[in-house]
Amino acid sequence: MNQIEFLQLTTPFKDKIFRLAKRLLVSTEEAEDATQEVYVKLWSKEGSLKKYNNVEAFAMTMTKNYCLDQLKSKRSDNQKLTHDNYSDGARGLADKSEDRDSLHWVEKLMQQLPDQQRIVIQMRDIEGYEFAAIAKVMEMNETAIRVALSRARKTLREAMIKVHNYGIE
Amino acid sequence: MELNNIDRILEKYLQGESSIAEEKELRAYFNSSDVAPHLKQYQPMFIYFSQAKEQKFTQVLPLETKKSKVVWLSIAASFVVLLGIGSYLFMAEPLQKRDLGTYDNPEVALKETQKALAMLSGHVNVGIESVNYINEYEESKNLIFKQ
Repeated sequence: MNQIEFLQLTTPFKDKIFRLAKRLLVSTEEAEDATQEVYVKLWSKEGSLKKYNNVEAFAMTMTKNYCLDQLKSKRSDNQKLTHDNYSDGARGLADKSEDRDSLHWVEKLMQQLPDQQRIVIQMRDIEGYEFAAIAKVMEMNETAIRVALSRARKTLREAMIKVHNYGIE
Repeated sequence: MELNNIDRILEKYLQGESSIAEEKELRAYFNSSDVAPHLKQYQPMFIYFSQAKEQKFTQVLPLETKKSKVVWLSIAASFVVLLGIGSYLFMAEPLQKRDLGTYDNPEVALKETQKALAMLSGHVNVGIESVNYINEYEESKNLIFKQ
């Protein structure tokens, strides 16, 4: 497989990989690194790539695993601050006005979901994958995917209702 | 679109039972301007989902780098090695060819060797002559300190 063939095969889902990485790693730079890393790994496997009947699912699985590994190493490396309330008074006006933006709220709420639910909701509600494909990537059965998705959606709804009614009730 | 229908799909959606097509319907409905008041709180969610799909990966994919870097590096390294060996051989050749004074005739060789050794001993003697001054000290010392 030469480079052009490889690109034809893999470019269509490049943005999906990036968005999944960003959903998990949050920072754009880290997500870009992750995407490049996944592509380097894919390219190093280019000989055996044709064996996989669904390269996209394979790439998404790779991205998921890579990002979860990154998160795991980061969480064990970094000591968490126990006093995280010191910066509260100094928040910028821009931040505050951004918080009022309800779309930004959705993003923040999604960041609070467990990793697994984040991946599922990213793949289903944003990328529009079928349950079978998600199940393959997550290495779970479809019922478990539906349950995780339902939980994530309900959590988001509850939180959105709270935000929506803030100041009213 | 019927409001009833949206409510029904939304219920399925929350249970994780809705199909891709139904979810598309929901997204279309919430991205439109007329959303029923009791569904307003869902709107940001679906608008966000639609917007999040617009993010693009803008970096360059680092394809050839890792693989061919090694190849190019080894090519460059072998060039340097070849150049080193080549230039060493090229520069060293005249050194070996330089005439160091070999004689074919043994008699001439003996003569030349003797000449060279005589020159050497001559120079050594010059050194010895200058050391002879030290004997003067010895004599005057013996004059003063009579043993």
